[in-house]
Amino acid sequence: MKNEIIIAGFGGQGVLLAGTLLAQAAIEQGLHTTWFPSYGAEMRGGTANSTVVVSVDEIGSPLAFNPNALIALNEPSLNKFMPRMIEGSIIIANSSIIPSDKEYKIQPVFVPVTDISDKEIKNVKTANLVAVGALIKALELYASGNCGEDSHKRRQSAEETEGDLCDLEDTKILTLKSALAACEKAFSSKPELVEVNKKAIQAGYDFVKQL
Amino acid sequence: MKKLVKGNIALCEGAIAAGLKSYFGYPITPQNEVPAYLSRKMVELGRVFVQAESEIAAANMVLGAAVTGARAMTSSSSPGISLKQEAISYMAGMQIPALIVNIQRGGPGLGNISGAQSDYFQAVKGGGHGDYRLIVLAPNSVQEMYEMAYDSFDLAEKYRTPVMILADGIVGQMMEPVEFNRPEKKDFEEKSWHLNGCKGRAPRSIQSLLMKDGVLEKHNINLQEKYKTISKNEARFETYKTDDARVIITAYGISSRIAKSAVKLARKEGIKAGLFRPKTLWPFPSEAIAALAKPGVKFLSAELSHGQMIEDVKLAVNGKVPVEFLGKAGGAIITEQEIVIKIKEMIK
Amino acid sequence: MEKILSKPEALKDTNMSYCPGCGHGIIHRLVAECIDELGVREKTVAVAPVGCAVFAYDYFNFDVTEAPHGRPPAVATGIKRTNPEKFVFTYQGDGDIAAIGMAETIHAANRGENITIIFVNNANYGMTGGQMAPTTLIGQKTETTPFGRDPKREGYPIHLCELLSTLEGTTYLERVSIHNPQNIIKAKKAIKKAFQCQIDGKGFSLVEVISNCPVDWGMTPLDSIKWTEEVFIKAFPLGAVKDKTDEK
Repeated sequence: MKNEIIIAGFGGQGVLLAGTLLAQAAIEQGLHTTWFPSYGAEMRGGTANSTVVVSVDEIGSPLAFNPNALIALNEPSLNKFMPRMIEGSIIIANSSIIPSDKEYKIQPVFVPVTDISDKEIKNVKTANLVAVGALIKALELYASGNCGEDSHKRRQSAEETEGDLCDLEDTKILTLKSALAACEKAFSSKPELVEVNKKAIQAGYDFVKQL
Repeated sequence: MKKLVKGNIALCEGAIAAGLKSYFGYPITPQNEVPAYLSRKMVELGRVFVQAESEIAAANMVLGAAVTGARAMTSSSSPGISLKQEAISYMAGMQIPALIVNIQRGGPGLGNISGAQSDYFQAVKGGGHGDYRLIVLAPNSVQEMYEMAYDSFDLAEKYRTPVMILADGIVGQMMEPVEFNRPEKKDFEEKSWHLNGCKGRAPRSIQSLLMKDGVLEKHNINLQEKYKTISKNEARFETYKTDDARVIITAYGISSRIAKSAVKLARKEGIKAGLFRPKTLWPFPSEAIAALAKPGVKFLSAELSHGQMIEDVKLAVNGKVPVEFLGKAGGAIITEQEIVIKIKEMIK
Repeated sequence: MEKILSKPEALKDTNMSYCPGCGHGIIHRLVAECIDELGVREKTVAVAPVGCAVFAYDYFNFDVTEAPHGRPPAVATGIKRTNPEKFVFTYQGDGDIAAIGMAETIHAANRGENITIIFVNNANYGMTGGQMAPTTLIGQKTETTPFGRDPKREGYPIHLCELLSTLEGTTYLERVSIHNPQNIIKAKKAIKKAFQCQIDGKGFSLVEVISNCPVDWGMTPLDSIKWTEEVFIKAFPLGAVKDKTDEK
């Protein structure tokens, strides 16, 4: 398994943090990982992105040459990165602010992460982690779809089997459990934020599960 | 469990563990994490941090701290490294150990802030004036940023010479799991040369100005002897699947990781490719490259430049086998697929 | 017979290579006497400049390092920050301190580095053969102002003490001269006070010493003394420009 994940949005939407959380989750599972930020001149308002590579093998470039997963928190990001995504990529699009009725080269999974963070989590700053939860579930569903009928059932409860979907090393993927564990690390200096962000990840995960 | 940190932060931790006493720097992207991190950390540790008025001043502050025997460093990115060359040349001439870090960006001039490898010549061929060399280390991972920063001070002191870490914006900015696995250095040997006041001994001076007849000539001969010893002892490299390789890629730093992926891709297609990765750019592992330059082998220098390290590869193989080039500069990145295409062309 | 005068311990027993009539020898001696009297020779790390005093490490009998042209305040910053217990001073000329090294000078001063600068102002570049310095007087002829310094072409002489006095980081700034015994005594007093300022941890001190350069001025030593008295110190008035040693 190798996922080259791009997380993109407005500066200030937490795309760097969302990336570090995914990378930390990979560490929790003993996977190889790299995280790479866009470090442009803009501090706020412009588009920002981070790239996370997660792999069972040693990673060469930390930049995504063949990106196969995208979190687009705003429309410019979706438009910018869509052309670069390889066929069959998983794309989480923030449908709170991205129109879902347009034609796209690759059909995104639309998740209203801003609305979910606002209404369910009561903290709009957690939209990035709602998207992370959504991505984890979407990747899991994708992986289970690719692993053949036989192990399909086991894969449906991947969160309990810690992502060892096909019992094969090369299909190992990020799990909800490790993302939640990563949350404790990522917010260790602000413990009051651990629970709310865990809730956000779970909410995104559940949203995609129910689709 | 390993920690997830940026290359620039790992570098700081390595230097701190090695006993870094004084840091002097100036902000420039993509190395800003270094002064920002150390501005807090060094003060908390009761050590020295100064944001200098310029790269020039920062490098000269390092000279001042290091002349007293303390472990000192500065860091910058390409345009700032140009400004530090004056002090670097002086430190080489004065035989002062210190660490200079270059988190390379695109050039020439102000260039851009993307990672690049266009400062190879500057780092290994002099940069400043005079016949001198720097030991140049080229990390390709966050772990190596930590380890090479740690090792650099021992190397610098062993040979009384400035050491440069030549990384780039990608290695500096990326995060990877890293293990801070080196012991904190606390005890340092009393030096025979440093300036700490002449109590109980004759006064010392440290200088590169040697005007008396023949003195500078002799000094230069001594320096060259030292550089010969370093060349003999300290050339470091690693190889990957070079044994049966028909095409051996030479690449350092971030390029070497992309090249390794390319080797794996090529091998999947049954193409015998290999990688030779210098970990020290000076001394350059010429002998090891020469030993691989057997009939039928071709070399490919892959760089984020328009062809700098390739000159040393060519010198090393000394015309025995062909050496080709693949590179991009100005912040552009060569991909593993592009390398594989090039390899295929080479073995056609 | 009782010995009433001897070479300071802080000076080496060697001949200096300065030109006949040059002020550097006197200033070296004053510095050395002050270092002896304050008892700091064994904890001194001094910084030599590029310029006529580049050979200072051959004359001073304590630890001295070289610094690139203009960078002594940065080098001294590195030394002092790393070793606050040492006694650190730089010895610099006008080109070193106020032309190529102006940024280093201003910022070391502005940071209030607890160091001392002995600044020798002889209104020209002595070592390279008498070119214009930032302190060259208006109308003064040098190798590179053959028609005399014209403000329209070369700007005005820089009054470094006055310039630095506006910075909050500076504690003690005084301009002195060594053109006669009376002034030499005053100069020594100022140097000692500047050194004491550092010893007391009161921050940045600088003494600008007006000195003569008869060879490059194209004068006899006597004429150079006369010119210093009648012209030079009129353009660069002597005295304490700033003294906050009692306040810090």
